[in-house]
Amino acid sequence: MPQTMFEKVWNNHLVASPEGEPPLIYIDLQLVHEVTSPQAFDGLRMTGRKLRRPDRHIATVDHNVPTTSAEDRLHIIDQTSAAQVNALRKNCKEFGIEFFDVQDASQGIVHMIGPELGATKPGMTIVCGDSHTSTHGAFGALAFGIGTSEVEHVMATQTLPQSKPKTFRITVDGTLPYGVTAKDIILHIIGIIGTDGATGYAVEYAGSAIRALSMEGRMTVCNMSIEAGARAGMIAPDETTFAYLMGRRFSPKGKAWDEAVAHWKSLPSDEGAVFDRELHINAAEITPTVSWGTSPGMVTSIEGKVPSPDDATNEIDRKGYERALEYMGLKAGTPIEQIAIDRVFLGSCTNGRIEDLRAAAEIVKGRHVAATVSAMVVPGSQAVKKQAEGEGLDKIFKDAGFEWREPGCSMCLGMNPDILSPGERCASTSNRNFEGRQGRGGRTHLVSPQMAAAAAIAGHFTDVRNWPNNGGKN
Amino acid sequence: MQPFTKLTSIAVPLDRANVDTDQIIPKQFLKRIERTGYGEFLFFDWRYKLDVPDSVTPNPEFVMNAPQYKGAEILLADKNFGCGSSREHAAWALSDYGFRAVIAPTFADIFFSNAGKNGIVLARLTDDEVSTLMQRAQTPGYEITVDLEAQTVTDAQGFKASFEIDPFRKECLLNGLDDIGLTLRHSAALDKFEAKHDNEFWSAPKTATA
Repeated sequence: MPQTMFEKVWNNHLVASPEGEPPLIYIDLQLVHEVTSPQAFDGLRMTGRKLRRPDRHIATVDHNVPTTSAEDRLHIIDQTSAAQVNALRKNCKEFGIEFFDVQDASQGIVHMIGPELGATKPGMTIVCGDSHTSTHGAFGALAFGIGTSEVEHVMATQTLPQSKPKTFRITVDGTLPYGVTAKDIILHIIGIIGTDGATGYAVEYAGSAIRALSMEGRMTVCNMSIEAGARAGMIAPDETTFAYLMGRRFSPKGKAWDEAVAHWKSLPSDEGAVFDRELHINAAEITPTVSWGTSPGMVTSIEGKVPSPDDATNEIDRKGYERALEYMGLKAGTPIEQIAIDRVFLGSCTNGRIEDLRAAAEIVKGRHVAATVSAMVVPGSQAVKKQAEGEGLDKIFKDAGFEWREPGCSMCLGMNPDILSPGERCASTSNRNFEGRQGRGGRTHLVSPQMAAAAAIAGHFTDVRNWPNNGGKN
Repeated sequence: MQPFTKLTSIAVPLDRANVDTDQIIPKQFLKRIERTGYGEFLFFDWRYKLDVPDSVTPNPEFVMNAPQYKGAEILLADKNFGCGSSREHAAWALSDYGFRAVIAPTFADIFFSNAGKNGIVLARLTDDEVSTLMQRAQTPGYEITVDLEAQTVTDAQGFKASFEIDPFRKECLLNGLDDIGLTLRHSAALDKFEAKHDNEFWSAPKTATA
């Protein structure tokens, strides 16, 4: 019987299917960071349990670390953040986990470094105490975010009891228009299906527009699967995937590489495999997309206007629209292009990769950030930062008036000092526009890197399709 | 984990959809390394006034601050409660504040799992049923009963609705069972699987050079 990619990966990891209990799934890799792990390590100590497979764990610091300077990262002023970072250092040593500390050349956002190191590979099961673990699905891995009790469970047993999700294929066919990106694809999808549209499903993204994406673009799409409520998002591995992985630190080498590729080629969904749900989207209809509200489903085209509560199709949404407009300080009917911004944040596990920075730099080159705007670039990892500096992107950004920072999660969630002030409006390449996400009272609009860069220059949202050198790919 | 059998309590009607875990517990409170003490930060940005940063002046407009809901152990909310971040701190904060059950039309996946591991019962009722309870909960002193054994939500005015729950999760909640202990009953199967799986080199995060 034809199988979906999800089913193949699931079946390859099925440890036991006990009667009356959820199936027990083996976890190939757990990624660990400072915020959701200390209580899990404490749990192991309290119960006298061992960490079963240190070799299947990798740790780094990303959520809390300051991005201002290398020095600030070594001596974190905020005592609670410092305590969390120190706890991870100590725990990794005690339990034998490979740890990439703040100054390490491989440090970065946990979802950046898995792929960069070649630790993330097709057909694996990957978890992390972070909902954006769905990012790793771009390689054809089954990857999902978990809570701290589950983090402890994986540490102790290298397994998780998991109810089997249903399958949902989203096919995006056609060619993306000039200036339209992977970010616009996923924002567009969430706009259609809603923030709970994929709850209970493992999503597979398919179609010619998805296959045409680089690994960076695929990661952007899978990253935001969770914003549609999906357990996981996956994309079939292909030559693009293999080319990305070849030669990376933890990638197989020599004969093992050939055998791995042979296995990876067996993973894509079989012809005729049946999904529980299907959605088809025409890539040509996607436009540069901007979120206007306080949920990632509240999006519209750059050509559009801020909607009115009267546009809502039910009472619950109407109340949601009203609250969102009030929080965002927006009037219904305002053209999106007329919304002025105060801040620009370019970075995060959604859009902090080299292609994102290249695309934004194309827009920024030879121009200057508007006088009313403060803009920053936070590369997602040390590797991206180094590569960007090698290509001179840092100079382009700095000449244009952007701040060029050290890697981390930064203003995506503002656990470190990078936050919005109440009322400040930000064009952000991150993944969540929830109330207070980037700082209490802060107003977040989610956009692509190109759109964020153009907004930084113009001082308001602007249609990047009308800009020359808009880095149409990505 | 504290076992849950049957609970009768007043209920806070939080008439909002898509309540995300950033609202349940904002990020500035995720820096602690303990599991306890999050209750005072529950719904922080809604619960306290915004005018002074990190102020703890209660916002009288936020429903949970109304004196009639003091001591409530049941929370009512609209669809997709607990969406967003995987932070288990959201479940810890609800539990630490005193909530033992949440009733809503739907819940987000990761939160659903986190709540179960902290002894919180999540009851999925229909939109209409939740809406009825929301209205009735406006009356001071109104109480709701969540009976896990019977899988029902009832009140003294004749309201009765049943909810679905996975039998395994129900058993864990009723008995306050620890998941890791349950998994370790399958150690023999795990050892056998792992011995085979370790030879499937594509599954290794750190592949040795061949």
